[in-house]
Amino acid sequence: MPTQTKYALPLGAATREAFGKALVELGRTNPNIVALDADLSKSTYTAGFAKEFPDRFIECGIAEANMIAIGAGLASAGKIPFAASFSVFAMNKGFEQLRVTVAYPSVNLKVVGTHSGISIGEDGPSQMSVEDLSLACSLPGFTVISPADEIAMIELVKLAAAHVGPVFIRAGRPKVARVYEAGRTFKIGESIELLEGSDVTLMATGLLVAESIRAAEALEAEGISAGVIDFHTIKPLDREAIARAARETGAIVVSEEHLVDGGLGVRVAQVVAEMHPVPMEFVGIQNTYAESATPEQLLDKYGLLARDVAAAARRVVQRKR
Amino acid sequence: MQKTSDVAQLAAITKRMRRTVIEMITEAGSGHPGGSLSAAEIVTTLFFDVLRHDPDNPQWPDRDRFILSKGHCCPILYAVMAECGYCPKDKLMTLRKLGSIYQGHPDVRFLPSLEASTGSLGLGLSLGIGMSLAARLNKGKPGGKSRSYVVLGDGEIQEGQIWEAAMAAAFLHVDNLVAIVDYNQIQLDGFVKDIMSLEPLADKWRGFGWHVIEAYGHDIAALQNAFGEASSMQGKPTCILAHTIKGKGVSFMENNPKFHGTAPTREECAKALQELA
Ligand SMILES: Cc1ncc(C[n+]2csc(CCOP(=O)(O)OP(=O)(O)O)c2C)c(N)n1
Ligand SMILES: [Mg+2]
Repeated sequence: MPTQTKYALPLGAATREAFGKALVELGRTNPNIVALDADLSKSTYTAGFAKEFPDRFIECGIAEANMIAIGAGLASAGKIPFAASFSVFAMNKGFEQLRVTVAYPSVNLKVVGTHSGISIGEDGPSQMSVEDLSLACSLPGFTVISPADEIAMIELVKLAAAHVGPVFIRAGRPKVARVYEAGRTFKIGESIELLEGSDVTLMATGLLVAESIRAAEALEAEGISAGVIDFHTIKPLDREAIARAARETGAIVVSEEHLVDGGLGVRVAQVVAEMHPVPMEFVGIQNTYAESATPEQLLDKYGLLARDVAAAARRVVQRKR
Repeated sequence: MQKTSDVAQLAAITKRMRRTVIEMITEAGSGHPGGSLSAAEIVTTLFFDVLRHDPDNPQWPDRDRFILSKGHCCPILYAVMAECGYCPKDKLMTLRKLGSIYQGHPDVRFLPSLEASTGSLGLGLSLGIGMSLAARLNKGKPGGKSRSYVVLGDGEIQEGQIWEAAMAAAFLHVDNLVAIVDYNQIQLDGFVKDIMSLEPLADKWRGFGWHVIEAYGHDIAALQNAFGEASSMQGKPTCILAHTIKGKGVSFMENNPKFHGTAPTREECAKALQELA
């Protein structure tokens, strides 16, 4: 049996707040960094950057499509723009602009979508982004990043700035469990194995990484050895890690705070089908829009807790036998 | 429901609606008081006087359509609809709670007598054009008399789609459509003039081919006159620029960007209710 680290999972900052912090740090070292927002700078945390670098902050008003294309123009002229809004508005209102002015010519724009998933709570579905990973991944040449905690967010924002090409970064509203220790290094496109296991691999992104760790610990008590892998990069996908997990554990659960249609799960399944077919289960939102309630109630009702990941793991292990 | 054109009665109802809004948002612990209060006279005057509608027959084809395009201000709409009898008053305090019909933004899945699910800004005017065009297509048949009323936020009209809709409504001569801009000068991050100025706003709507009426949006008689003028307008859509005060009726919320999207505390609620007594 591989030795498993016990995770403390202390509550950390929201990933949107970490984004704001990283953006200010980037602004201090790189004069080419520019930020754009669409009347949500206090919510997306670009307000800190706006305060320190007013000349490099462009308030676009409530006009997300325009913001994305202005960002594309800035990028084409050599700037490194970060355009932020609620993920649902940046991606959905800005999709045509993302396709034709960003992805197609492959310009160096970074789009940051905050308030992703259903854990925004009371505001309800009109503000909840549950299709953003699908949309972003569908764009050729895009890099798609979905950090699990504040540490990952800060490092990945810096890597996104250094990366040349369009990037989508997904951030959340609530404070989330800290999965990583400070000083941890990341590489775009390289998943991180958080726990080793031999019976099943729990793959996850964002909020569901901590839930998958909790699930693995519960499963261990039942004699099921579950590994956990954080896919902080959804595109390009770490195909080698997926193939290895399929070969070594023979069963995979993929969990995400996103519709199961078109998210991390189906992308992993494609790799599994191509490289090493094994039974899989998927934890995500099933073909519906959520509703207003507290984040905790919604994660419970829509089945995005450790309990749900563990149940999927038991099912998939059963199917192996 | 009892409709009325009496200004004093409408003012009394409006005040009660403001109280309900404050109580609902306080109970929910989140929500948007500022824009709900600025739109209070507009929504009350429409539902209690101007709109052709029947809460006992919400699917009536000839009803007028009301669209709250700035969906975040739904507490005022819910309070007024409940007062009209569309939905239970005793559930208003479940706003934003799990299973409530009173969702954080208008959601037709939970409250089918709403005309539209809104919350993503910028969409409502186009919906209104579609509903008004359907009425035109139904002329002389059931549904042919319906008019559409769309309440827009001033921040909201920064969205490009609003201006696509503005152009289309005028070009298509949609004269059974009224846009009401809740011109409270404040959006989410601050004052409209500092974020993305709209001026000269009346000229913009006129330039797009609309009949424009400017009115003080807390003056019920002025709103009644404006709606009357709009109904007699032929060949052109009408835009009412309703000059309002965000947070109107509660001194510490008035003109205060903080109360765009911050719920009052219990103490603030008590103070607000006192002022609205
Ligand atoms: C497309 C879109 N972008 C951003 C938001 C977030 N948001 C909610 S309310 C608001 C400000 C709206 O201001 P305004 O239209 O003036 O409304 P009011 O002052 O009447 O509350 C913003 C930016 C949204 N709901 N939809
Ligand atoms: Mg406003």
